[in-house]
Amino acid sequence: MKFVVLYLIGLVFGIGISISGMANPAKVINFFDFAGTWDPSLAFVMGGALVVTFFGYKYVLKRPGPVFGPGFVLPTRRDLDGQLIGGSVVFGIGWGIAGFCPGGALPALGTGQGSVILFVGAMVVGIIAGLWLKNLPLRRLQSNS
Amino acid sequence: METVFTPWQSLGGGALIGIASVMLMGFAGRIMGATGILAGFMQPASKEDWAWRAAVLAGMVSGPLAVMLFTGQMPAVEVPVTPVMIVVGALLVGVGVTFSSGCTSGHGVCGMARLSPRSIAATATFMLATTVTVFVLRHVIGA
Repeated sequence: MKFVVLYLIGLVFGIGISISGMANPAKVINFFDFAGTWDPSLAFVMGGALVVTFFGYKYVLKRPGPVFGPGFVLPTRRDLDGQLIGGSVVFGIGWGIAGFCPGGALPALGTGQGSVILFVGAMVVGIIAGLWLKNLPLRRLQSNS
Repeated sequence: METVFTPWQSLGGGALIGIASVMLMGFAGRIMGATGILAGFMQPASKEDWAWRAAVLAGMVSGPLAVMLFTGQMPAVEVPVTPVMIVVGALLVGVGVTFSSGCTSGHGVCGMARLSPRSIAATATFMLATTVTVFVLRHVIGA
């Protein structure tokens, strides 16, 4: 039952990404192309997602804990550091070159298109390389993200 | 390459992304961040930790198939760049999100919704970096 619910949550995310245009690099890159073929659609994706999550979190995080327990796993750091900013710059450059972000590309795998498989494969190599550079086990990454 | 402005579809899709984020927090107590979920899937802390991530990822990948069931066609994935650019971009995305501990979903949606200073700074930074990159590639180099 638990895994059915988790699958359905992933499915809702995947459908949202699919119809929003986040899985479509042509639309993603056009959103950032203010000087050319600008397509403001992605502002609506971010806006819709943010409003729902902002109010939804307010409600959910007031509860004693998640349905499947034991507690909410929330990042607690509030300081800014070079890794956060530098990593964001590198991510942004990559997003601008390829047009896929992780949340857009993972659901897009379901289309079976070669370009998506190529992107996700290379991204996984990039994550492994990043962890090697950071010289940290993956557990640190997920607890911070 | 021109794309059609789709405010309603994008708003609806964004709302679904938000609903999924709220539900993952409400049921599993976790941030709906593609980077964090994938990284933990690649090196899970336990069998249980791997299993919930596998279930969510399987649901994500089923998204386009569900859309095809409803609408009769797969969502468009148009790639206006070369395979070399996909690989270079993907490598940078992988390295970058590892250091920034999150991407558009984790920082841009979930972290921003919690008004996390780190997520707001990360999102502002990568949006600016992406804008500059697209400008340079399309209008300076002309790729």
